[in-house]
Amino acid sequence: MDKMPQWADVVLIPLISLILAAILSALVILGIGEDPVAAVNMMVSGALGSTYGWGYTLYYATNFMFTGLAVAVAFHARLFNIGGEGQAMLGGLGVALVCLYVPWPHWSIALLAACGAAMLFGAIWAAIPAYLQARRGSHIVITTIMFNFIAAALLNYMLVNVMRPVGSMDPASARFAETVHLPTLHELLVPIGINFSKAAPANVSLLVAVLACVVVWALIWRTRLGYEIRAYGHSETGALYAGISPYKITMVAMLISGALAGLMAINNVMGEAERLVLNSTEGAGFIGIAVALMGRSHPFGVFLAAILFGFLYQGGAELALWTNIPRELIVVIQALVILFTGALDNMVRMPLEKIFLALRKGKA
Amino acid sequence: MSLMKTLMGAAAAVALTAGAALAEPALIFDLGGKFDKSFNEAAFNGAKRWADETGGSFREIELQSEAQREQALRRFAEAGANPVITMGFAMADPLSAVAADYPDTKFVAVDVTWLDAPNIRQIGFAEHEGSYLVGMMAAMASKSGTVGFVGGMDIPLIRHFGCGYAQGAKAVNPDIKIVANMTGTTPAAWNDPVKGSELTKAQISQGADVVYAAAGGTGVGVLQTAADEGILSIGVDSNQNHLHPGKVLTSMLKRVDVAVYDAMKAGENLETGVFNMGLAEEGVGYALDENNASLISDEMKAAVDKARQDIIDGNLKVVSYYENDSCPALKF
Repeated sequence: MDKMPQWADVVLIPLISLILAAILSALVILGIGEDPVAAVNMMVSGALGSTYGWGYTLYYATNFMFTGLAVAVAFHARLFNIGGEGQAMLGGLGVALVCLYVPWPHWSIALLAACGAAMLFGAIWAAIPAYLQARRGSHIVITTIMFNFIAAALLNYMLVNVMRPVGSMDPASARFAETVHLPTLHELLVPIGINFSKAAPANVSLLVAVLACVVVWALIWRTRLGYEIRAYGHSETGALYAGISPYKITMVAMLISGALAGLMAINNVMGEAERLVLNSTEGAGFIGIAVALMGRSHPFGVFLAAILFGFLYQGGAELALWTNIPRELIVVIQALVILFTGALDNMVRMPLEKIFLALRKGKA
Repeated sequence: MSLMKTLMGAAAAVALTAGAALAEPALIFDLGGKFDKSFNEAAFNGAKRWADETGGSFREIELQSEAQREQALRRFAEAGANPVITMGFAMADPLSAVAADYPDTKFVAVDVTWLDAPNIRQIGFAEHEGSYLVGMMAAMASKSGTVGFVGGMDIPLIRHFGCGYAQGAKAVNPDIKIVANMTGTTPAAWNDPVKGSELTKAQISQGADVVYAAAGGTGVGVLQTAADEGILSIGVDSNQNHLHPGKVLTSMLKRVDVAVYDAMKAGENLETGVFNMGLAEEGVGYALDENNASLISDEMKAAVDKARQDIIDGNLKVVSYYENDSCPALKF
């Protein structure tokens, strides 16, 4: 465990991975005849150089915080929930039903109800794979990914046949009422004298996401349930011996995970689109896996990783808008970051551990 | 590299003097991407034709996420692009939110006809009429009395295509059997040639000997399998007859390229309002060239051209799926 000081584990490894990814990306950009320095400048100024850029970066980051936390909680119980996508879709359905069919007097009450509905729908969608894992031994990776497709089909059916307003060609629900409009960062920050960009979609859900990070931290490290989840994750037999029910932990961890993934819908469905569209989740459930891996399943790490991925998304959009770098290459750059920080973690970790061990021996 | 500097300089200049018009047109592709061999690629071809003819340049973006729809509209409008051309019905909602904020910018919305804004040119295509004609040809070319339809994603627009096709086929042969399948329920359905191929094989096993693909990039697999298995296929949007000469019966043309070309040519003086591109406007139609000339008999051509004229004259009405969200000739 303690081959390296903690700061190296938390800061140094992700940093080196990022630098490696950046170098490779620069080579790729050079390879297609563009200037990597200008591209990086454009990404940084486009994503972080204005409140407009921050507004988009934080909007994407909010999505990734929710899905990253969802994956992280399941990871602690050594469950690999790759169904965040489907759970977030169902969460969107819950939010849309609550916002469309109940006349809410004020957005704050609507937000509470929407959170409840999003979590409930997300949790239900995670409950079935969880039950199949706990009681039938069907592997959760297979069942959760299958449930993504079922969720997509269900959403398609609902939007094309049930919720689509008459006469509209667009497979999307009607717009929500004005009263459930969530305040954007612009509206939240004007009273305290900060003129945040009006056009950016970041909204009050960001605060909910940060709150969720804190709550998940408290749950995992400060409650008995969190201890049981971690104990189960470290050793199923050990946990069983200690009187922890594997059935209960599998179910509870997946329900929390699904609820967190579903909660993402308050940001993209209620906060941004203000209606339910077919493609509302657009891969955030899968990005959540990379975010959780990079954040080492710690809520604070997830928070930072989510902002990094938000930066990559918004910076990538700026590249697409103003350069000739094709969309596929922007995906390549995003994928390189995921590859290095998530999948190739050990490539950086092992040599680094050796260096630190050698240093320690030298001292001793 | 100077291009990048120019662009960045332009962006900075725009930030200072908002609205300083560069008057370059901008083109926003839908999520399917620029090279989808059908809808978006047709738009790109139209834009390229304009650029080649006039020596002008245009800006473009391939959208990656839903949140970028509004973002791209605003950024292009703020950068002074005019007109801003958008592809697909999904742009309707962001356009309705954005257009009023930029009254001096002209927007073009392809596949949108229901917005209420003075600065949007809305272009709708009568896909059901074009599909009706190729449906007639399918029924006349079929020997088995069974024809197939492979749609992309199961959305109203694709049902609209299928509905016109079924009506045309039934007009020729009231007893014809129509096998209709959709590729999927996610956007991946627009670019899944393998699944398109499987669906085609399944339809062949049900007796189909002409298959119409209205499925974007998925259609490539449909046309390939149909050619391999020795049956006829029908392409969509662009003229796809050349993909397998002598094996593609015809293509249902949807002249998105013409719409984009015309909009770019008109530039800032673009006429706004709602434009319906039907058979009369040659916005839709069927493709006849040297690749399929041997497949189309004189009597087929005569019958289809007569139906075309009847539709234009109003003597023949093809029911649109949109009218009451259902189709008289086909159940989805």
